Amino acid sequence: MQSTSHAFKDNAQRALHDPRLQRAMENLRHGFQERRRVAAAALPEFEQLRDIARDIKNHTLANLDWYLERYEEKVLASGGHVHWCRTAAEARETILAICRSAGARTVTKGKSMIAEEIALNDFLEEKGIEPVETDLGEYIIQLRREPPSHIIAPAVHLNQDDVEDTFRRSHTDLPADRSLGEARELCDEARTILRSKFLAADVGITGANFLIAETGSSIIVTNEGNGDLTQTLPKVHVVLASLEKVVPTLEDVSTILRLLARSATGQEFSSYTTVSTGPRRPGDLDGPQEYHVVLLDNGRSAMLGTEFHEMLRCIRCSACMNHCPVYSAVGGHAYGWVYPGPMGAVLTPGLIGIDEAGHLPNASTFCGRCESVCPMKIPLPKMMRHWRERQVERGLGPAAARWGLGAWAFLASRPALYGLAAKLGAGVLGRLGRRKGRFAALPLAGGWTGVRDMPAPEGRTFRDQWAERNRR
Amino acid sequence: MTDAQGKGDKSARSQMLGAVRRALGRGPLDATAAAPLERRLADHPANLIPARTDRPAPAVLDLFVQMAEAVSTTVDRVADERAVPAAVSEYLARYNLPSDIVMSPDPVLDVFPWHERPLLSIHRGRSQGDDPVSLTPAFAGIAETGTLMLESGADRPTTLNFLPDTHIVVLFADQVVGPYEVAWNRLRAQQAAAGGGMPRTVNFVTGPSRTGDIEQKIQLGAHGPRRLHIVLVEGRSPAAGKESEGGIGPAADGPRP
Repeated sequence: MQSTSHAFKDNAQRALHDPRLQRAMENLRHGFQERRRVAAAALPEFEQLRDIARDIKNHTLANLDWYLERYEEKVLASGGHVHWCRTAAEARETILAICRSAGARTVTKGKSMIAEEIALNDFLEEKGIEPVETDLGEYIIQLRREPPSHIIAPAVHLNQDDVEDTFRRSHTDLPADRSLGEARELCDEARTILRSKFLAADVGITGANFLIAETGSSIIVTNEGNGDLTQTLPKVHVVLASLEKVVPTLEDVSTILRLLARSATGQEFSSYTTVSTGPRRPGDLDGPQEYHVVLLDNGRSAMLGTEFHEMLRCIRCSACMNHCPVYSAVGGHAYGWVYPGPMGAVLTPGLIGIDEAGHLPNASTFCGRCESVCPMKIPLPKMMRHWRERQVERGLGPAAARWGLGAWAFLASRPALYGLAAKLGAGVLGRLGRRKGRFAALPLAGGWTGVRDMPAPEGRTFRDQWAERNRR
Repeated sequence: MTDAQGKGDKSARSQMLGAVRRALGRGPLDATAAAPLERRLADHPANLIPARTDRPAPAVLDLFVQMAEAVSTTVDRVADERAVPAAVSEYLARYNLPSDIVMSPDPVLDVFPWHERPLLSIHRGRSQGDDPVSLTPAFAGIAETGTLMLESGADRPTTLNFLPDTHIVVLFADQVVGPYEVAWNRLRAQQAAAGGGMPRTVNFVTGPSRTGDIEQKIQLGAHGPRRLHIVLVEGRSPAAGKESEGGIGPAADGPRP
């Protein structure tokens, strides 16, 4: 998708003043956080499992080439195909070639963030192939031609009446008197429409939560069962996965699965966890005749071994955004690309460049909640700080911040001058603000005083007081 | 795929692996470096297993039922296999459901005296999408989270698990294990005994299909079954004699493909 990450500030402003969005975001604040807390508390080993999961992924990343080769070998042995794709364009072309060779007109899709990343739907449409999203949330936003606003709840920015409007506009043969006022009725309407798509599709495309080196299997985790119908009914199943999804064994993935659903939706386990290995076997009555894995790099290998290496442990659970004060204030669309919230603030600059996405690692209060709930213990704030450092190194920050930091650095490296400036500043401000004890407006500090008062300094500087205390 | 595509794949493959190795600051692993990795895959050691299922077998069974019911699965415990057809038809009557059942062709389901319930209209095979009720066996029940483990095979079509509105699963008490790891080892043992690797599909099913995509209000029956019902038969599965018991830790299941 086309990024608007460079416009984060405007996007966020609009979001903050959008009452419908703010109403929808209330659901997020009350839903995910509480459920995750309860689920984690119900498993005494939860914290230990986080450490183990982190170690599993670290081990895998340190030997990624070996595990990928082993994984490929097992896929081939089970009758599947592996397509190595360096870029989004290569992945799109590969999928198109698979669809063309299957003579596909309709393609059903399970929810896949990688498919969003490579803008697969637009591409397939251009080529005359109809992609149908089958996850309810994805289906709703596909009808609205919107991007997802959350990595596991793509329509979390919408209210129920938005969904009703969308269905009435898009499902043109709906009788006007058909009641759609309940969530249940909306679900049933989507179920009916999509059931016929499942049965008609020639190719089913899913993402993968994990790839297993031991067995050459791919895993999808869903609640609706749409991913399973997507991959079971058509004659071709395409798995779209980025290369860091691989883990060594079924035992390793079992450990990480214990964290995934609890961190994501607060479920003990998602309704459906499906392990797929190759195409239909002789004698099978159903299942795809072809099984393809499109293995995508698209910037991941360039993060490996850098200060952003640990981001590759991410399992896309969404706990970081569910607990982020910035995300829950502005929603996912403000971030302007596929991945929102703290994980997006780290990943997006890595994938589309810090020039385009420079605002995202700055859209953080550094409260640290993202890291504290991350099942894979990814130090998200630290990595946002690394991006900020890169911005400064490359002179990408806003001019005022660069000048301000430059001036501060000049003073801070000259202690005597710094002391003098601080004393003068505190003295002048203290005298000016003596009457009210605070400032409602200050030159050069509008960003601060726009939303709160600046307290006036009282008495002497910290350095003066420190020096005096040491004399006593 | 065309030849050109094949070649493109090959150079993309070596470039991607090369990029990974450069980033890791080394070349391909040699045999010595790869040995512990080979061992990890061959031994597939279990990581920490939560203590939740660390209890005597009857209590594990109770936990399975409790966890399954917590996610809106319904469970009917019956004394033996003779009671299964009655339990099924009573369940369908209780919820006013049609008595047309599509059932896995698996002969393991032949042990139940279906002829005693002539009003059940049963056909065997896969689902085409318009069946109201399916009935399948399962590979295992996992007490840790009230999860069913269903493997695909010629006798066990996957469509039965997803297309019908109501999915009924017949499970034997000795198929219920504590954690996932025990179920994996049992599956490895079964597959090795049959001379194969992983089944095409292994479905872990924990409750009926659900969605929270509209204002986070949970709705059952998004795309898959609206109802998931387990008939839990006390006693041993007819297949039990054929399977070797898999314990926790390295399985004695021989070479895998």
